[in-house]
Amino acid sequence: MVNVTLRVNGETRSASVPPETTLLRLLRDQFNLTGSKLGCDVGDCGACTVIVDGQPVNSCLMLVGQVEGREVLTIEGLANADHLYPLQKLFEHFGSLQCGFCGPGVIMSAKALLDENPDPSTEEIRDALGGNLCRCTGYTKMIEAIKGASCILRGEEAPLVKSA
Amino acid sequence: MKTFTNTNPNSLDQAVSLVQQARTNGQTASLVGGGSDLLALVKDFIVKPDVLVNLKTIKGLDQVVPEAGGVHIGGLITLDALGSHPVIRSQYTVLAEAAETVATPQIRNVGTLGGNVCQRPWCWYFRNGFPCLKNGGSMCYSVGGENQFHAIFGGGPSYIVHPSDTATALVALGAKFRVVGPSGERVVPGADFFVLPRQDSTRENILAPGELLSAVQLAPAPPGRRSTYNKVLDREAWTHAVVSAAVVLDMDREICRSASVVLGGVAPIPWRVPDAERLLAGQRITPALASKVGEAAVAGAQPLTKNAYKVPMTKALVRRTVLALATRA
Repeated sequence: MVNVTLRVNGETRSASVPPETTLLRLLRDQFNLTGSKLGCDVGDCGACTVIVDGQPVNSCLMLVGQVEGREVLTIEGLANADHLYPLQKLFEHFGSLQCGFCGPGVIMSAKALLDENPDPSTEEIRDALGGNLCRCTGYTKMIEAIKGASCILRGEEAPLVKSA
Repeated sequence: MKTFTNTNPNSLDQAVSLVQQARTNGQTASLVGGGSDLLALVKDFIVKPDVLVNLKTIKGLDQVVPEAGGVHIGGLITLDALGSHPVIRSQYTVLAEAAETVATPQIRNVGTLGGNVCQRPWCWYFRNGFPCLKNGGSMCYSVGGENQFHAIFGGGPSYIVHPSDTATALVALGAKFRVVGPSGERVVPGADFFVLPRQDSTRENILAPGELLSAVQLAPAPPGRRSTYNKVLDREAWTHAVVSAAVVLDMDREICRSASVVLGGVAPIPWRVPDAERLLAGQRITPALASKVGEAAVAGAQPLTKNAYKVPMTKALVRRTVLALATRA
């Protein structure tokens, strides 16, 4: 077994798990944080994307032995019961998700992008979502929501007009 | 996933001895950097390690360090850090451009240079557990099968293509590779690091069990150097090169003093094209010359049943890349 202690959504968490446990399994099975999704399990789909030390990573490809002492942010760390995070609010407004399975991963990739680049171009948003597969939406409404959220996070008024 | 023991060495020597120790005990050991490639192989039971040697706990192997006028790049640098490093971007542009085309942001944030260069092939027969040459079997299933992404140069008996973007760029830059193993350290030219299937069809490079790529060394970039990496994908993001070209031109005003042209995605190793390089040396690069260079790049190509499209694609990519780089302000 491997003993691991890390920070998850601002709280210190510990567990004792087999060495083949991935960060995704740790979050879902040990900490009951089931927002991050198990999709392909090999880094293709990005549904498991979380932010580790400020960077988006595939939590399905990170072993528990590599997360000791690190700072992890998951989709559960964005909102509280009363307030959605601007990205979530705008995804809701624009209807950016259909089945929703890719959503937590997409939103974490977008969050990491906006943290680093508060005013991204459409091209930069598309690049940032290159590792997040969505088979429902075609991404257009996600990009609109991410642009809208970037306005709100910069303290500007968000364009809330939906595309046809 | 198969269970294994995780070990956290503090030094390269310790990592090497952990591998040796495991082997002495009749166990299989795998070295892991970012783990993006290895973990996928372990989950699919292509690789079945008893012991994992986690290289990430070794300090200082993730830096770009000035050395003899050039740079020394630790094998554990992430692809993201490599692609955004100011010295690499300005002096060794082809390497930065190659690094930033790899896979996805999530993988570039974790995946390492050493791991990218040493990744196993992405041939679908190998990855899906067919008993092929790469999996210890006796045939290459691509020959009579689905070979649209396989080799047009240097194939036989296996027809995999080398999947690494950074390896292609490193060979074009004339990088030296630092290899550490049980018998100490050796430094080999990048071009000698990779192994054709006809030399050994079970592996893609010279690394013996227990050896690892610890760093690469790049000579100083001469004045007038310009370099670039162009990659053709079969979709807009997140895949390996169907064909790629790493081109380095050392220019004296309008004249190309010397050139390096290395292809990715078309051969089991980064594929250097000396004939194309000779055509460029000492010449002013015109559209007509660029076309000749493109022709030279595909001379001797031996496509399989379903990948002949790579020949004109390679020709066009080389022509366009050389011309665009030569005329770049």
